[in-house]
Amino acid sequence: MTKIKSLADLRAMKQSVQEKLDTRVKGTEEGLVQVKVAMATCGIAAGAKQVMDYMMEETEKRGINAVFTQTGCMGYCHAEPTIEVTRPGEDPVVFGYVDIKKADQIIEKYIKDGELVDGVIPVNYEKIKD
Amino acid sequence: MHLLICGGTGCSASKSQEIADNLKITLKDKGLENEVQVILTGCFGFCEKGPIVKIMPDNTFYTEVKPEDAREIIEEHVIKGRKVTRLLYSDPENDQRVADSKHMGFYKKQMRIALRNCGFIDPQNIEEYIGEDGYAALAKCLGEMTPEQVINEIKLSGLRGRGGGGFPTGLKWEIASKNHADQKYVVCNADEGDPGAFMDRSILEGDPHSVLEAMTINGYAIGATKGLIYIRAEYPLAIQRLLTAIDQSREYGLLGEDILGSGFNFDIELRYGAGAFVCGEETALIHSMEGKRGEPTFKPPFPAQSGYNNKPTNVNNVETYANVPIIINKGAAWFSSIGTEKSKGTKVFALAGQINNVGLIEVPMGITLREVIYEIGGGIKGGKEFKAVQTGGPSGGCLTKKHLDTPIDYDNLIAAGSMMGSGGMVVMDETSCMVAIAKFYLEFTVEESCGKCSPCRIGNKRLYEILEKITKGNGTMEDLDNLRNLAGVIKDTALCGLGQTSPNPVLSTIDNFYDEYVEHIKDKKCRAGVCKSLMRYIIDPEQCVGCTACARNCPVNAIKGEKKLPHLINQELCIKCGACIERCKFGAISIQ
Amino acid sequence: METVQITIDNKVLSVEKGQTILKAARKAGIYIPTLCYYELNGVGFENRPGGCRVCVVEVEGRKNLAPACATEVMEGMVVHTHSLRVVNARRTVVELILSDHPADCLICPKNGKCELQALAQKLGIRDIPYQGAKSTYRKDLSPAIIRDVDKCVMCRRCESVCNVWQTVGALSAINRGFDAVVAPAFEQDLVESPCTMCGQCVQACPVGALSEVDQTRQVITAINDTKKTVIVQTAPAVRVALGEEFGMEPGSIVTGQMVAALRRIGFDYVFDTDFAADLTIMEEGTELLGRISKFMNGDKNVKLPILTSCCPGWVNFFETNYPDMLDVPSTAKSPQQMFGAVAKNYFANKLGIKREDMVVVSIMPCVAKKFECQRDEFKEEGNPDVDYALTTRELAELMKIFNIKLNNLPEEDFDNPLGESTGAAVIFGSTGGVIEAATRTAYELFTGKSLPKVDFTELRGLDGIRSAEVDFDGTPIKIGIAHGLANARKLLDSVKRGEENFHAIEIMACPGGCIGGAGQPFHHGDFEIIKRRHEAIYREDEGKPIRKSHENPYIKKLYSEWLGEPCGEISHHLLHTHYFDKSKQIEIEG
Repeated sequence: MTKIKSLADLRAMKQSVQEKLDTRVKGTEEGLVQVKVAMATCGIAAGAKQVMDYMMEETEKRGINAVFTQTGCMGYCHAEPTIEVTRPGEDPVVFGYVDIKKADQIIEKYIKDGELVDGVIPVNYEKIKD
Repeated sequence: MHLLICGGTGCSASKSQEIADNLKITLKDKGLENEVQVILTGCFGFCEKGPIVKIMPDNTFYTEVKPEDAREIIEEHVIKGRKVTRLLYSDPENDQRVADSKHMGFYKKQMRIALRNCGFIDPQNIEEYIGEDGYAALAKCLGEMTPEQVINEIKLSGLRGRGGGGFPTGLKWEIASKNHADQKYVVCNADEGDPGAFMDRSILEGDPHSVLEAMTINGYAIGATKGLIYIRAEYPLAIQRLLTAIDQSREYGLLGEDILGSGFNFDIELRYGAGAFVCGEETALIHSMEGKRGEPTFKPPFPAQSGYNNKPTNVNNVETYANVPIIINKGAAWFSSIGTEKSKGTKVFALAGQINNVGLIEVPMGITLREVIYEIGGGIKGGKEFKAVQTGGPSGGCLTKKHLDTPIDYDNLIAAGSMMGSGGMVVMDETSCMVAIAKFYLEFTVEESCGKCSPCRIGNKRLYEILEKITKGNGTMEDLDNLRNLAGVIKDTALCGLGQTSPNPVLSTIDNFYDEYVEHIKDKKCRAGVCKSLMRYIIDPEQCVGCTACARNCPVNAIKGEKKLPHLINQELCIKCGACIERCKFGAISIQ
Repeated sequence: METVQITIDNKVLSVEKGQTILKAARKAGIYIPTLCYYELNGVGFENRPGGCRVCVVEVEGRKNLAPACATEVMEGMVVHTHSLRVVNARRTVVELILSDHPADCLICPKNGKCELQALAQKLGIRDIPYQGAKSTYRKDLSPAIIRDVDKCVMCRRCESVCNVWQTVGALSAINRGFDAVVAPAFEQDLVESPCTMCGQCVQACPVGALSEVDQTRQVITAINDTKKTVIVQTAPAVRVALGEEFGMEPGSIVTGQMVAALRRIGFDYVFDTDFAADLTIMEEGTELLGRISKFMNGDKNVKLPILTSCCPGWVNFFETNYPDMLDVPSTAKSPQQMFGAVAKNYFANKLGIKREDMVVVSIMPCVAKKFECQRDEFKEEGNPDVDYALTTRELAELMKIFNIKLNNLPEEDFDNPLGESTGAAVIFGSTGGVIEAATRTAYELFTGKSLPKVDFTELRGLDGIRSAEVDFDGTPIKIGIAHGLANARKLLDSVKRGEENFHAIEIMACPGGCIGGAGQPFHHGDFEIIKRRHEAIYREDEGKPIRKSHENPYIKKLYSEWLGEPCGEISHHLLHTHYFDKSKQIEIEG
């Protein structure tokens, strides 16, 4: 990695990362599913790590093209572990109380077929970017 | 198409399951069960208007739905595509029905500024932070702004310290910038000693770079080249993510020498604390970092004059720092447009207690407690009645129903006898005894007092002892007077913020729940049924059949009676364990 | 001087900018009670933790009460020291402190001298409304100091004195909250800590949490035992401070009355440690000259500077902190121990009694002397050369027990042969005195000439570190002086780093030397008292007919009758000692 030596470098990097992120947010044409797992202390304590490992393994087994990222606290302490799934071209959906069983349902129903499953967490805040 | 039904506790109590069932039956009737799914969701947080049904993808938001409305929703909305106007949310301001939930004011209740990246980016990947405008603020400061301009921008934004005190951040920076020295320090207070608050941990775990960037900006503004993060060793994940973030920043040249070609040098190191509450106080924190006993010293001199290693030091907390980059990016005017006259921006709260949606929320200053509790927190668990909300952590105060419509900001909370603190918010219902609550918080401050000044060291202990006496049923009205006087003197004389605020739970509960104290003292009664010593287990002779089950199971042989005759509990022996109630099949035993 | 105008209790005052409210008020004669605050302005020492909150005052426009000791004056400040709000708060705070304090004033070593007791009286406290648990700790008994920390009020004076003024580091605050207390690390005993037994913590303690080991009972028992010959020696600094205990002005010289009092108590012989001080000069002066001449003759192995070794706190300090320099200090025993050795060998022999039948009591301005006389190397088959070392305060108590009023006593002379002394011995009591006394003798022995002027004023004063060059008839002799162990450490470290060179250094652990010793009447931080004792010491010297140790006729006699020559064989055996490395013990513990 070369150092960011100037504002221009930083802008260039932002540009390229932004593009990558945009494709992640919106999903890609190739049908890449994005899964974010809230992995702050509270999430990990509630089992987020096991859920993430399980889902990574299972999506691969089931031939689903998915990319996993760990992220910070989403704020839904009452519903940990929480994950956010973005199907290609769709808005992200947050699921709460995700255990192994629920993870299996999410893969089978939502990720594969876009069918929601119980435990969707309604997003109820405004992002400053909007 | 999806029909989302709120499955939160509040809505479930108002038959959301029945609504879901009805919807499913109707869909089946219409042969639509494969095209439209009915989904139970987590709480929408809008329990006041529950049960909620939301139709996706068009975002229609139906409120106060009854099971019998299911058919109409399917027939009208799902089949014919016509919204059921009478079920739409009605905006209380203009009585207009709102069709699309995205236009409901309710969604503007929470606003994520400090938490902007938490839960969105991968905290271990600096590029994701950069992609979200990360380090753009630093670049702007180094490239386009003088240190004075940076300080001025922060001053204009109206940002105040989020650690509890609410001291204007820009002013703090300005003081530190004006004290000249060969070395200055920027310190991030990540001690987060309030046991009920975890926003700082969440930010460090979810968005560590925002803090690093802000500290670097802070260093540039005051002329410091060294940053230290004082973090409690109990936060291993936050520490690990910070260390990764620091490494990445160094690797990318965003920490270290000649940052972004500006000639400015800055680097950050971690210092670990043992998690003492008092070490959140900045002078105590500095002493702890210096390897001395973690206890406060009198201010002045302020850290800005003589802090770490006796050099000018600026101390801000994590959440405060998390606000800084976005203020630089979006401007002071934008930030100061949010909030109240004297409290700008947002505040992160850790919502806890007897509330449906326990969680981390970020709301604009000026929001009311009612909105937070009922519209974001989803109201009280189990449909119980709201009794009090404790804000400000262990040294905050308990506010009551009369404060529900008070806009939350630094000054209003203090005026109400509480404080902002670091943002703990514990909601209590009728099952909480306010005397016991005061005692609970005092127990914490007694434990966490450093012992340096007499009022805090001895006074808090005495407050605790008097409260204990009252909860045991041995209190007198004189104790209540002593409690008040002592609490007042401790506030007036203690050395640091910990002692000056530790009596708040006592004073605020006496002010707001005086009757409850008097009940404990005069009637020897705890209405919430929390204070064990005040409970009496009574056998109703009318109901008791003399089966002897209670007597046989009493661990202290407090129950006597002839077989087939009513039994009696010896109150002097009774330890209130409740074993008798569990055993009684005739409902003859009750608690008074 | 930049000034600001403030109002305290309706009095408009023009006071120095940057000053605290407390100092401004005191200067204007306005009383504000304090407890934790403690200063020794003469040596620049201040303990100002702002912890007790007794000195709180009301400052108009301020949210909470302000500690007067730590709050700086500001232009236009309006202060009330005794408003209703202040009085209520202050009284409540003292009630709180009392609620966690043992109520055993009747038998407390500080009874009548306790600052907390005085405060309670001043605030009219008859009842403590806030009763509750009391914090209790194990009592720590050392040979010299007793820690009864149930009584600790967390004023932190001892901690500051120990760490800042002495850099000993034996005491620090431990535990938190209600259990917080000042103690050695890991709550170990003082004897296992780096404590030097200097006792400045005892001198500073406002209450009875730290006190000296009281030995008046043992002394009375010994006097009462007809089989025992009990002799007493009195250190130079005692005579200029004892009067304070009887209401006399600081700096009053009460030598004659003290001797009379000791006789009335029943001591068989009343002798003077000053005699032994003269003896010390003979030994130490000879040792110094020996080292200097060796050095001048090109001996590279000679240890210079020579360090004085009369102060037991200092000896303990270098044994712990400078174990690599154990061969640098003079090997001469301290005057107390020289006296003991002479008494139990020479004098007992003269009287024809066994040493076991002689009890040697010393009256010392010092707490560490209690420790010193119990060191194993100062015992012969378990029998110590000095049996009991009482402090000046204990002597005063003893006198009060015997209903002896110092003021009414006639002046009497010490007994002979161990009672005669010179002015040189008297000034041992003050910082710079030992080295001046040594200089007086060394000059004459070195040059063979008579001193043109006995007073070496360049060696006197109360600055913490001083140095001077004395002209030994063409040979410049460089002398360093320090009092307070922090100053000693500073001076010694600069010598070790080679920044400074001296032929001799005098070190005393206590502020002002022995006159500010821990066994002296409590000065409660009033440095003026130490100054007056200091002046008195030099007055006493001036009044002496003989002012050089080697001219003391009884010293001459002692050498001719018994010792032979200074640093001779008997001297080596009885009047000199050696030192031990005590640093390891602490490393293991710490």
